[in-house]
Amino acid sequence: MKYTLLIYENAAGFALRNDPAKAKDYWLAWPAYTKALQEAGVMTGGAGLEPPGTATTVRIQSGKRHVQDGPYSETKEQLGGYYTIEVPNIDAALEWAARVPAAPGSYVEVRPNLVVPA
Amino acid sequence: MSGPETAAAIERAARDSYGRLVAYLAARSRDLAGAEDALADAFRAALETWPGTGVPEKPEAWLLVTARRRLIDRSRHAKVHAEAVPALQILTDRDQELAQGESPFPDNRLKLLFVCAHPAIDVAARTPLMLQTVLGLDAARIASAFLVKPATMAQRLTRAKIKIRDARIPFEIPEAGEWLERLDAVLEAIYATYSLGWNAVTGSDSRSKELAAEAIALGRVLLQLLPDEPEVKGLLALMIYCEARRDARIDARGGFVPLSEQDTGLWSKTMIHEAHHLLLGAERARSIGHFQLEAAIQSEHTRRAVLGGKTDWDEIALLYEGLIRLAPTTGALVGRAAAVAEARGPAAGWALLLQIPPEAVVNYQPYWAQTAHLLAQLGPAPRARTAYERAIGLSEDPATRDFLLRKLSALPAG
Repeated sequence: MKYTLLIYENAAGFALRNDPAKAKDYWLAWPAYTKALQEAGVMTGGAGLEPPGTATTVRIQSGKRHVQDGPYSETKEQLGGYYTIEVPNIDAALEWAARVPAAPGSYVEVRPNLVVPA
Repeated sequence: MSGPETAAAIERAARDSYGRLVAYLAARSRDLAGAEDALADAFRAALETWPGTGVPEKPEAWLLVTARRRLIDRSRHAKVHAEAVPALQILTDRDQELAQGESPFPDNRLKLLFVCAHPAIDVAARTPLMLQTVLGLDAARIASAFLVKPATMAQRLTRAKIKIRDARIPFEIPEAGEWLERLDAVLEAIYATYSLGWNAVTGSDSRSKELAAEAIALGRVLLQLLPDEPEVKGLLALMIYCEARRDARIDARGGFVPLSEQDTGLWSKTMIHEAHHLLLGAERARSIGHFQLEAAIQSEHTRRAVLGGKTDWDEIALLYEGLIRLAPTTGALVGRAAAVAEARGPAAGWALLLQIPPEAVVNYQPYWAQTAHLLAQLGPAPRARTAYERAIGLSEDPATRDFLLRKLSALPAG
Protein backbone atom coordinates (compact mmCIF):
# COMPACT_ATOMS: atom_id res chain seq x y z
CA MET A 1 0.00 0.00 0.00
CA LYS A 2 1.21 3.50 -0.82
CA TYR A 3 0.76 6.26 1.72
CA THR A 4 1.68 9.91 1.86
CA LEU A 5 2.92 11.49 5.07
CA LEU A 6 1.93 15.17 5.03
CA ILE A 7 4.00 17.13 7.53
CA TYR A 8 2.44 20.31 8.89
CA GLU A 9 4.58 22.74 10.86
CA ASN A 10 3.87 25.99 12.67
CA ALA A 11 5.89 29.20 12.27
CA ALA A 12 8.34 28.13 15.00
CA GLY A 13 8.91 24.83 13.18
CA PHE A 14 9.71 26.59 9.92
CA ALA A 15 12.00 29.05 11.74
CA LEU A 16 14.23 26.18 12.96
CA ARG A 17 15.72 25.88 9.48
CA ASN A 18 17.58 29.17 9.95
CA ASP A 19 17.87 29.33 13.74
CA PRO A 20 21.61 29.75 14.49
CA ALA A 21 21.36 27.55 17.61
CA LYS A 22 19.11 24.81 16.22
CA ALA A 23 19.56 24.69 12.45
CA LYS A 24 22.43 22.19 12.76
CA ASP A 25 20.23 19.56 14.45
CA TYR A 26 17.43 20.26 12.00
CA TRP A 27 19.67 19.59 9.02
CA LEU A 28 21.07 16.44 10.64
CA ALA A 29 17.75 14.96 11.77
CA TRP A 30 15.75 15.25 8.56
CA PRO A 31 18.30 13.64 6.21
CA ALA A 32 18.80 10.93 8.86
CA TYR A 33 15.08 10.18 8.80
CA THR A 34 15.04 10.15 4.99
CA LYS A 35 18.00 7.78 5.02
CA ALA A 36 16.23 5.45 7.48
CA LEU A 37 13.24 5.32 5.11
CA GLN A 38 15.53 4.54 2.19
CA GLU A 39 17.50 1.87 4.06
CA ALA A 40 14.21 0.23 5.04
CA GLY A 41 13.33 0.17 1.34
CA VAL A 42 9.99 1.92 1.83
CA MET A 43 10.53 5.43 0.45
CA THR A 44 9.07 6.18 -2.97
CA GLY A 45 9.29 9.97 -3.03
CA GLY A 46 8.92 13.23 -1.18
CA ALA A 47 10.14 16.78 -0.82
CA GLY A 48 10.65 19.49 1.73
CA LEU A 49 8.84 22.71 0.90
CA GLU A 50 9.90 26.36 1.21
CA PRO A 51 7.90 28.27 3.86
CA PRO A 52 4.27 29.21 3.13
CA GLY A 53 5.26 32.85 2.49
CA THR A 54 6.83 31.75 -0.79
CA ALA A 55 3.59 30.13 -2.02
CA THR A 56 1.54 31.39 -4.93
CA THR A 57 -2.03 30.17 -5.18
CA VAL A 58 -3.85 29.88 -8.47
CA ARG A 59 -7.62 29.52 -8.46
CA ILE A 60 -10.00 29.05 -11.34
CA GLN A 61 -13.43 30.40 -10.44
CA SER A 62 -16.30 30.76 -12.89
CA GLY A 63 -13.81 30.37 -15.70
CA LYS A 64 -11.65 33.24 -14.38
CA ARG A 65 -8.11 32.92 -13.05
CA HIS A 66 -7.23 34.39 -9.68
CA VAL A 67 -3.58 34.45 -8.70
CA GLN A 68 -2.80 35.21 -5.08
CA ASP A 69 0.42 35.62 -3.11
CA GLY A 70 0.77 33.24 -0.19
CA PRO A 71 -0.87 29.95 0.74
CA TYR A 72 -4.51 29.13 0.10
CA SER A 73 -5.44 29.10 3.78
CA GLU A 74 -3.99 31.09 6.65
CA THR A 75 -4.05 28.28 9.20
CA LYS A 76 -1.44 28.20 11.97
CA GLU A 77 0.15 25.01 10.69
CA GLN A 78 1.22 24.83 7.07
CA LEU A 79 2.47 22.03 4.86
CA GLY A 80 6.24 21.86 5.31
CA GLY A 81 6.96 18.76 3.26
CA TYR A 82 5.81 15.26 2.44
CA TYR A 83 7.04 11.72 1.94
CA THR A 84 5.46 8.98 -0.11
CA ILE A 85 6.12 5.48 1.21
CA GLU A 86 5.17 1.95 0.31
CA VAL A 87 4.49 -0.28 3.33
CA PRO A 88 2.34 -3.36 4.01
CA ASN A 89 -0.40 -1.55 5.96
CA ILE A 90 -1.55 1.53 7.84
CA ASP A 91 0.06 0.32 11.08
CA ALA A 92 3.47 0.41 9.43
CA ALA A 93 2.71 3.83 7.90
CA LEU A 94 1.82 5.20 11.36
CA GLU A 95 5.06 3.81 12.77
CA TRP A 96 7.02 5.85 10.24
CA ALA A 97 4.82 8.90 10.86
CA ALA A 98 5.67 8.72 14.56
CA ARG A 99 9.40 8.86 13.73
CA VAL A 100 9.17 12.08 11.71
CA PRO A 101 11.60 14.45 13.47
CA ALA A 102 9.24 17.44 13.32
CA ALA A 103 9.30 20.07 16.07
CA PRO A 104 6.73 20.07 18.89
CA GLY A 105 3.49 21.60 17.65
CA SER A 106 3.83 19.92 14.27
CA TYR A 107 1.68 17.09 13.07
CA VAL A 108 1.79 14.40 10.44
CA GLU A 109 -1.27 13.44 8.45
CA VAL A 110 -1.17 9.96 6.94
CA ARG A 111 -3.29 9.31 3.86
CA PRO A 112 -3.51 6.32 1.57
CA ASN A 113 -2.59 7.27 -2.00
CA LEU A 114 -5.51 7.17 -4.38
CA VAL A 115 -5.54 4.09 -6.53
CA VAL A 116 -6.60 5.05 -10.05
CA PRO A 117 -9.42 2.71 -11.14
CA ALA A 118 -8.29 0.46 -13.97
CA MET B 1 -22.87 15.99 48.35
CA SER B 2 -21.45 18.35 45.73
CA GLY B 3 -21.20 17.48 42.05
CA PRO B 4 -17.40 17.27 41.98
CA GLU B 5 -17.37 15.12 45.12
CA THR B 6 -19.86 12.71 43.59
CA ALA B 7 -17.88 12.67 40.36
CA ALA B 8 -14.77 11.84 42.37
CA ALA B 9 -16.59 9.01 44.17
CA ILE B 10 -17.73 7.61 40.82
CA GLU B 11 -14.26 7.90 39.38
CA ARG B 12 -12.88 6.05 42.40
CA ALA B 13 -15.49 3.29 42.02
CA ALA B 14 -14.62 3.05 38.32
CA ARG B 15 -10.92 2.79 38.99
CA ASP B 16 -11.21 0.32 41.84
CA SER B 17 -13.91 -1.96 40.55
CA TYR B 18 -14.37 -1.55 36.81
CA GLY B 19 -12.60 -4.80 35.94
CA ARG B 20 -14.23 -6.72 38.79
CA LEU B 21 -17.67 -5.57 37.68
CA VAL B 22 -17.08 -6.35 33.98
CA ALA B 23 -15.61 -9.76 34.82
CA TYR B 24 -18.51 -10.61 37.11
CA LEU B 25 -21.20 -9.41 34.69
CA ALA B 26 -19.68 -11.17 31.66
CA ALA B 27 -18.52 -14.41 33.26
CA ARG B 28 -21.70 -16.31 32.49
CA SER B 29 -22.85 -14.72 29.23
CA ARG B 30 -19.28 -14.24 27.89
CA ASP B 31 -20.72 -11.07 26.43
CA LEU B 32 -18.06 -8.47 27.26
CA ALA B 33 -19.52 -5.78 25.02
CA GLY B 34 -22.94 -6.21 26.64
CA ALA B 35 -21.44 -6.10 30.13
CA GLU B 36 -19.45 -2.95 29.32
CA ASP B 37 -22.47 -1.20 27.84
CA ALA B 38 -24.63 -2.07 30.84
CA LEU B 39 -21.90 -0.88 33.18
CA ALA B 40 -21.53 2.37 31.25
CA ASP B 41 -25.28 2.88 31.70
CA ALA B 42 -24.91 2.18 35.42
CA PHE B 43 -22.13 4.77 35.74
CA ARG B 44 -24.31 7.28 33.88
CA ALA B 45 -27.20 6.53 36.24
CA ALA B 46 -24.86 7.04 39.20
CA LEU B 47 -23.85 10.45 37.86
CA GLU B 48 -27.53 11.38 37.65
CA THR B 49 -28.79 10.04 40.97
CA TRP B 50 -25.87 10.08 43.44
CA PRO B 51 -25.66 13.87 43.71
CA GLY B 52 -29.29 13.79 45.01
CA THR B 53 -29.31 10.59 47.05
CA GLY B 54 -25.71 10.61 48.17
CA VAL B 55 -23.11 7.94 47.36
CA PRO B 56 -24.53 4.56 48.43
CA GLU B 57 -22.84 2.68 51.22
CA LYS B 58 -21.64 0.01 48.78
CA PRO B 59 -21.11 1.80 45.47
CA GLU B 60 -19.90 -1.37 43.71
CA ALA B 61 -23.00 -3.34 44.65
CA TRP B 62 -25.24 -0.46 43.53
CA LEU B 63 -23.47 -0.37 40.16
CA LEU B 64 -23.70 -4.15 39.84
CA VAL B 65 -27.43 -4.29 40.52
CA THR B 66 -28.11 -1.35 38.18
CA ALA B 67 -25.99 -2.83 35.39
CA ARG B 68 -27.66 -6.23 35.76
CA ARG B 69 -31.08 -4.58 35.45
CA ARG B 70 -29.94 -2.96 32.21
CA LEU B 71 -28.86 -6.35 30.90
CA ILE B 72 -32.31 -7.77 31.69
CA ASP B 73 -34.08 -4.79 30.09
CA ARG B 74 -32.02 -5.25 26.98
CA SER B 75 -32.61 -8.95 26.61
CA ARG B 76 -36.35 -8.35 27.13
CA HIS B 77 -36.24 -5.66 24.53
CA ALA B 78 -34.33 -7.81 22.08
CA LYS B 79 -36.70 -10.71 22.86
CA VAL B 80 -33.75 -13.05 22.53
CA HIS B 81 -33.96 -16.44 24.17
CA ALA B 82 -37.18 -16.28 26.17
CA GLU B 83 -35.58 -18.55 28.76
CA ALA B 84 -32.66 -16.18 29.29
CA VAL B 85 -34.73 -13.64 31.19
CA PRO B 86 -35.69 -15.87 34.14
CA ALA B 87 -32.05 -16.97 34.35
CA LEU B 88 -30.98 -13.36 34.50
CA GLN B 89 -33.64 -12.74 37.15
CA ILE B 90 -32.06 -15.40 39.36
CA LEU B 91 -28.71 -13.68 38.90
CA THR B 92 -30.26 -10.38 39.90
CA ASP B 93 -31.51 -11.93 43.13
CA ARG B 94 -28.02 -13.21 43.78
CA ASP B 95 -26.64 -9.72 43.09
CA GLN B 96 -29.08 -8.33 45.66
CA GLU B 97 -27.86 -10.83 48.22
CA LEU B 98 -24.30 -9.82 47.48
CA ALA B 99 -25.26 -6.18 47.72
CA GLN B 100 -26.78 -6.72 51.18
CA GLY B 101 -24.26 -9.22 52.48
CA GLU B 102 -20.86 -8.49 53.91
CA SER B 103 -18.75 -10.50 51.49
CA PRO B 104 -17.48 -8.83 48.34
CA PHE B 105 -18.68 -10.31 45.06
CA PRO B 106 -16.51 -13.01 43.50
CA ASP B 107 -13.41 -11.73 41.76
CA ASN B 108 -13.39 -13.05 38.19
CA ARG B 109 -10.64 -10.76 36.97
CA LEU B 110 -8.08 -13.53 36.70
CA LYS B 111 -10.44 -15.47 34.45
CA LEU B 112 -11.01 -12.32 32.45
CA LEU B 113 -7.24 -11.83 32.04
CA PHE B 114 -6.94 -15.38 30.73
CA VAL B 115 -9.84 -14.78 28.34
CA CYS B 116 -8.16 -11.63 27.00
CA ALA B 117 -4.90 -13.50 26.34
CA HIS B 118 -6.57 -16.65 25.01
CA PRO B 119 -4.75 -18.25 22.04
CA ALA B 120 -7.90 -17.82 19.92
CA ILE B 121 -7.66 -14.03 20.29
CA ASP B 122 -5.50 -12.11 17.82
CA VAL B 123 -2.18 -11.26 19.53
CA ALA B 124 -2.57 -7.60 18.51
CA ALA B 125 -5.90 -7.42 20.35
CA ARG B 126 -4.88 -9.09 23.62
CA THR B 127 -3.24 -6.20 25.44
CA PRO B 128 -5.78 -3.61 24.21
CA LEU B 129 -8.59 -5.90 25.33
CA MET B 130 -7.08 -6.16 28.80
CA LEU B 131 -6.64 -2.43 29.10
CA GLN B 132 -10.22 -1.87 28.08
CA THR B 133 -12.06 -4.57 30.03
CA VAL B 134 -9.92 -4.86 33.15
CA LEU B 135 -8.84 -1.25 33.58
CA GLY B 136 -11.61 0.55 31.71
CA LEU B 137 -9.34 2.58 29.40
CA ASP B 138 -11.17 4.04 26.42
CA ALA B 139 -10.46 2.83 22.88
CA ALA B 140 -9.14 6.19 21.65
CA ARG B 141 -6.44 6.27 24.32
CA ILE B 142 -5.50 2.66 23.69
CA ALA B 143 -5.21 3.44 19.96
CA SER B 144 -2.82 6.32 20.65
CA ALA B 145 -0.70 4.19 22.95
CA PHE B 146 -0.42 1.44 20.35
CA LEU B 147 0.00 3.87 17.45
CA VAL B 148 -2.98 2.37 15.66
CA LYS B 149 -5.77 4.13 13.74
CA PRO B 150 -8.58 4.57 16.32
CA ALA B 151 -11.20 3.10 13.97
CA THR B 152 -8.97 0.05 13.47
CA MET B 153 -8.44 -0.36 17.21
CA ALA B 154 -12.18 -0.11 17.88
CA GLN B 155 -12.76 -2.75 15.21
CA ARG B 156 -10.09 -5.08 16.64
CA LEU B 157 -11.64 -4.82 20.10
CA THR B 158 -15.15 -5.42 18.79
CA ARG B 159 -14.01 -8.42 16.75
CA ALA B 160 -12.24 -9.92 19.77
CA LYS B 161 -15.35 -9.55 21.92
CA ILE B 162 -17.57 -11.15 19.27
CA LYS B 163 -15.09 -14.00 19.08
CA ILE B 164 -15.19 -14.53 22.85
CA ARG B 165 -18.99 -14.57 22.85
CA ASP B 166 -19.56 -16.64 19.71
CA ALA B 167 -16.70 -19.10 20.10
CA ARG B 168 -17.79 -19.44 23.74
CA ILE B 169 -14.31 -18.90 25.10
CA PRO B 170 -14.75 -19.99 28.71
CA PHE B 171 -14.16 -17.75 31.71
CA GLU B 172 -12.01 -20.22 33.57
CA ILE B 173 -8.55 -20.81 34.93
CA PRO B 174 -6.46 -22.89 32.46
CA GLU B 175 -5.60 -26.53 33.24
CA ALA B 176 -2.18 -27.44 34.56
CA GLY B 177 -1.05 -28.72 31.16
CA GLU B 178 -1.45 -25.37 29.43
CA TRP B 179 -0.88 -23.24 32.52
CA LEU B 180 2.63 -21.93 31.81
CA GLU B 181 1.94 -20.99 28.21
CA ARG B 182 -1.35 -19.29 29.04
CA LEU B 183 0.16 -17.43 31.99
CA ASP B 184 3.04 -16.23 29.82
CA ALA B 185 0.54 -14.75 27.33
CA VAL B 186 -1.03 -12.76 30.17
CA LEU B 187 2.38 -11.61 31.43
CA GLU B 188 3.52 -10.61 27.93
CA ALA B 189 0.38 -8.54 27.43
CA ILE B 190 0.96 -6.71 30.71
CA TYR B 191 4.62 -6.13 29.90
CA ALA B 192 3.66 -4.77 26.46
CA THR B 193 1.60 -2.12 28.26
CA TYR B 194 4.54 -1.23 30.45
CA SER B 195 6.93 -0.96 27.51
CA LEU B 196 4.60 1.46 25.76
CA GLY B 197 4.71 3.64 28.82
CA TRP B 198 8.47 3.31 29.30
CA ASN B 199 9.89 3.88 25.83
CA ALA B 200 8.73 7.46 25.54
CA VAL B 201 11.29 9.35 27.63
CA THR B 202 9.80 12.72 26.75
CA GLY B 203 6.37 11.81 28.01
CA SER B 204 7.78 10.62 31.31
CA ASP B 205 5.70 13.10 33.25
CA SER B 206 2.38 12.54 31.57
CA ARG B 207 0.50 9.89 29.65
CA SER B 208 3.28 7.36 29.30
CA LYS B 209 3.73 7.48 33.06
CA GLU B 210 0.03 6.75 33.47
CA LEU B 211 0.26 3.81 31.08
CA ALA B 212 3.23 2.41 33.00
CA ALA B 213 1.23 2.86 36.19
CA GLU B 214 -1.69 0.96 34.64
CA ALA B 215 0.65 -1.90 33.74
CA ILE B 216 1.99 -2.01 37.28
CA ALA B 217 -1.59 -1.94 38.55
CA LEU B 218 -2.38 -4.96 36.37
CA GLY B 219 0.75 -6.67 37.67
CA ARG B 220 -0.38 -6.05 41.25
CA VAL B 221 -3.84 -7.40 40.50
CA LEU B 222 -2.25 -10.51 39.07
CA LEU B 223 0.07 -10.97 42.04
CA GLN B 224 -2.87 -10.62 44.40
CA LEU B 225 -4.65 -13.37 42.46
CA LEU B 226 -1.58 -15.60 41.96
CA PRO B 227 0.65 -14.94 44.96
CA ASP B 228 2.87 -17.98 44.39
CA GLU B 229 3.83 -17.66 40.71
CA PRO B 230 7.53 -16.71 40.43
CA GLU B 231 7.16 -15.15 36.97
CA VAL B 232 4.33 -12.91 38.17
CA LYS B 233 6.67 -11.60 40.88
CA GLY B 234 9.47 -11.39 38.29
CA LEU B 235 7.40 -9.24 35.96
CA LEU B 236 6.23 -6.94 38.74
CA ALA B 237 9.81 -6.61 40.03
CA LEU B 238 11.05 -5.81 36.52
CA MET B 239 8.48 -3.05 36.04
CA ILE B 240 9.08 -1.54 39.46
CA TYR B 241 12.89 -1.56 39.05
CA CYS B 242 12.49 0.39 35.80
CA GLU B 243 9.92 2.71 37.30
CA ALA B 244 12.29 3.48 40.19
CA ARG B 245 14.68 5.10 37.70
CA ARG B 246 12.10 7.02 35.67
CA ASP B 247 12.77 10.49 37.09
CA ALA B 248 16.54 10.08 36.70
CA ARG B 249 16.21 9.60 32.93
CA ILE B 250 15.50 13.29 32.34
CA ASP B 251 17.68 16.22 33.35
CA ALA B 252 16.41 19.65 34.40
CA ARG B 253 16.33 20.82 30.76
CA GLY B 254 14.33 17.81 29.54
CA GLY B 255 17.37 16.04 28.08
CA PHE B 256 17.77 12.26 28.10
CA VAL B 257 20.22 10.84 30.64
CA PRO B 258 21.49 7.30 29.86
CA LEU B 259 21.52 4.73 32.65
CA SER B 260 25.29 4.86 33.14
CA GLU B 261 25.20 8.64 33.75
CA GLN B 262 22.14 8.75 35.98
CA ASP B 263 22.34 10.30 39.42
CA THR B 264 21.56 7.31 41.63
CA GLY B 265 20.32 9.72 44.28
CA LEU B 266 17.28 10.30 42.06
CA TRP B 267 16.34 6.63 42.03
CA SER B 268 13.40 5.68 44.23
CA LYS B 269 14.78 3.67 47.15
CA THR B 270 11.29 2.57 48.17
CA MET B 271 10.56 1.10 44.75
CA ILE B 272 13.96 -0.57 44.46
CA HIS B 273 13.39 -2.10 47.88
CA GLU B 274 9.98 -3.40 46.86
CA ALA B 275 11.28 -4.82 43.57
CA HIS B 276 14.19 -6.46 45.35
CA HIS B 277 11.86 -8.07 47.83
CA LEU B 278 9.64 -9.38 45.01
CA LEU B 279 12.60 -10.78 43.07
CA LEU B 280 13.98 -12.55 46.14
CA GLY B 281 10.56 -14.09 46.70
CA ALA B 282 10.43 -15.24 43.07
CA GLU B 283 13.91 -16.77 43.17
CA ARG B 284 13.01 -18.82 46.22
CA ALA B 285 10.70 -20.92 44.01
CA ARG B 286 13.75 -22.03 41.96
CA SER B 287 11.88 -21.93 38.69
CA ILE B 288 13.64 -19.54 36.35
CA GLY B 289 11.81 -17.55 33.70
CA HIS B 290 12.62 -14.65 31.41
CA PHE B 291 10.88 -12.01 33.51
CA GLN B 292 12.91 -13.02 36.54
CA LEU B 293 16.10 -12.82 34.46
CA GLU B 294 15.19 -9.39 33.11
CA ALA B 295 14.37 -8.24 36.63
CA ALA B 296 17.73 -9.63 37.81
CA ILE B 297 19.48 -7.54 35.12
CA GLN B 298 17.69 -4.42 36.37
CA SER B 299 18.58 -5.42 39.92
CA GLU B 300 22.28 -5.56 38.99
CA HIS B 301 22.04 -2.07 37.51
CA THR B 302 20.54 -0.67 40.69
CA ARG B 303 23.37 -2.17 42.77
CA ARG B 304 25.54 0.66 41.41
CA ALA B 305 23.90 2.90 44.00
CA VAL B 306 25.33 0.79 46.84
CA LEU B 307 28.57 -0.39 45.19
CA GLY B 308 30.08 3.10 44.98
CA GLY B 309 29.22 3.59 41.30
CA LYS B 310 30.52 0.21 40.11
CA THR B 311 28.44 -2.04 37.85
CA ASP B 312 29.16 -5.77 37.57
CA TRP B 313 28.98 -6.03 33.78
CA ASP B 314 30.22 -9.64 33.75
CA GLU B 315 27.23 -10.61 35.85
CA ILE B 316 24.87 -8.68 33.56
CA ALA B 317 26.38 -10.32 30.45
CA LEU B 318 25.84 -13.70 32.12
CA LEU B 319 22.20 -12.91 32.82
CA TYR B 320 21.70 -11.89 29.18
CA GLU B 321 23.29 -15.19 28.20
CA GLY B 322 20.59 -16.96 30.23
CA LEU B 323 17.91 -14.83 28.63
CA ILE B 324 19.17 -15.70 25.14
CA ARG B 325 19.13 -19.37 26.01
CA LEU B 326 15.45 -19.07 26.93
CA ALA B 327 14.55 -16.94 23.91
CA PRO B 328 17.06 -15.25 21.57
CA THR B 329 15.13 -12.03 20.99
CA THR B 330 16.82 -9.16 19.15
CA GLY B 331 16.51 -7.04 22.29
CA ALA B 332 18.37 -9.63 24.39
CA LEU B 333 21.09 -10.02 21.72
CA VAL B 334 21.69 -6.27 21.65
CA GLY B 335 21.60 -6.12 25.45
CA ARG B 336 24.23 -8.85 25.74
CA ALA B 337 26.48 -7.06 23.24
CA ALA B 338 26.20 -3.87 25.29
CA ALA B 339 27.06 -5.68 28.52
CA VAL B 340 29.99 -7.57 26.95
CA ALA B 341 31.32 -4.30 25.52
CA GLU B 342 31.36 -2.79 29.01
CA ALA B 343 32.93 -5.90 30.55
CA ARG B 344 35.50 -6.84 27.88
CA GLY B 345 35.83 -3.79 25.67
CA PRO B 346 34.01 -2.33 22.63
CA ALA B 347 35.58 -4.76 20.13
CA ALA B 348 34.10 -7.78 21.92
CA GLY B 349 30.68 -6.14 21.95
CA TRP B 350 30.94 -5.15 18.30
CA ALA B 351 31.79 -8.73 17.32
CA LEU B 352 28.51 -9.85 18.93
CA LEU B 353 26.51 -7.13 17.17
CA LEU B 354 27.91 -8.33 13.84
CA GLN B 355 26.46 -11.79 14.50
CA ILE B 356 22.88 -10.50 14.61
CA PRO B 357 21.14 -11.11 11.24
CA PRO B 358 20.92 -7.74 9.42
CA GLU B 359 17.27 -8.24 8.43
CA ALA B 360 16.31 -8.37 12.12
CA VAL B 361 17.68 -4.89 12.79
CA VAL B 362 16.77 -2.84 9.68
CA ASN B 363 14.34 -0.74 11.73
CA TYR B 364 15.52 -1.62 15.24
CA GLN B 365 16.67 1.66 16.78
CA PRO B 366 18.48 0.24 19.86
CA TYR B 367 20.78 -1.81 17.60
CA TRP B 368 21.90 1.29 15.71
CA ALA B 369 22.30 3.36 18.86
CA GLN B 370 24.46 0.60 20.39
CA THR B 371 26.45 0.16 17.16
CA ALA B 372 27.12 3.91 17.03
CA HIS B 373 28.17 3.94 20.68
CA LEU B 374 30.72 1.15 20.13
CA LEU B 375 32.03 2.42 16.78
CA ALA B 376 32.56 5.86 18.29
CA GLN B 377 35.03 4.19 20.69
CA LEU B 378 36.59 1.95 18.07
CA GLY B 379 36.83 4.47 15.20
CA PRO B 380 37.05 5.50 12.45
CA ALA B 381 34.54 8.32 12.88
CA PRO B 382 32.68 8.01 9.53
CA ARG B 383 31.40 4.53 10.39
CA ALA B 384 30.12 5.76 13.76
CA ARG B 385 28.55 8.75 12.00
CA THR B 386 26.51 6.51 9.68
CA ALA B 387 25.27 4.42 12.61
CA TYR B 388 24.31 7.52 14.63
CA GLU B 389 22.39 8.87 11.65
CA ARG B 390 20.52 5.61 11.32
CA ALA B 391 19.66 5.61 15.03
CA ILE B 392 18.51 9.24 14.82
CA GLY B 393 16.36 8.51 11.77
CA LEU B 394 14.67 5.62 13.60
CA SER B 395 14.11 7.50 16.88
CA GLU B 396 10.58 8.32 17.85
CA ASP B 397 11.22 9.99 21.16
CA PRO B 398 12.48 13.59 20.86
CA ALA B 399 14.68 13.43 23.98
CA THR B 400 16.39 10.27 22.68
CA ARG B 401 16.84 11.85 19.26
CA ASP B 402 18.38 15.00 20.76
CA PHE B 403 20.73 12.90 22.89
CA LEU B 404 21.98 11.06 19.78
CA LEU B 405 22.32 14.36 17.87
CA ARG B 406 24.62 15.62 20.69
CA LYS B 407 26.72 12.45 20.42
CA LEU B 408 26.91 12.76 16.65
CA SER B 409 28.02 16.39 16.88
CA ALA B 410 30.71 15.41 19.37
CA LEU B 411 32.36 12.95 16.95
CA PRO B 412 35.77 14.07 15.67
CA ALA B 413 35.66 15.41 12.10
CA GLY B 414 36.77 13.22 9.22
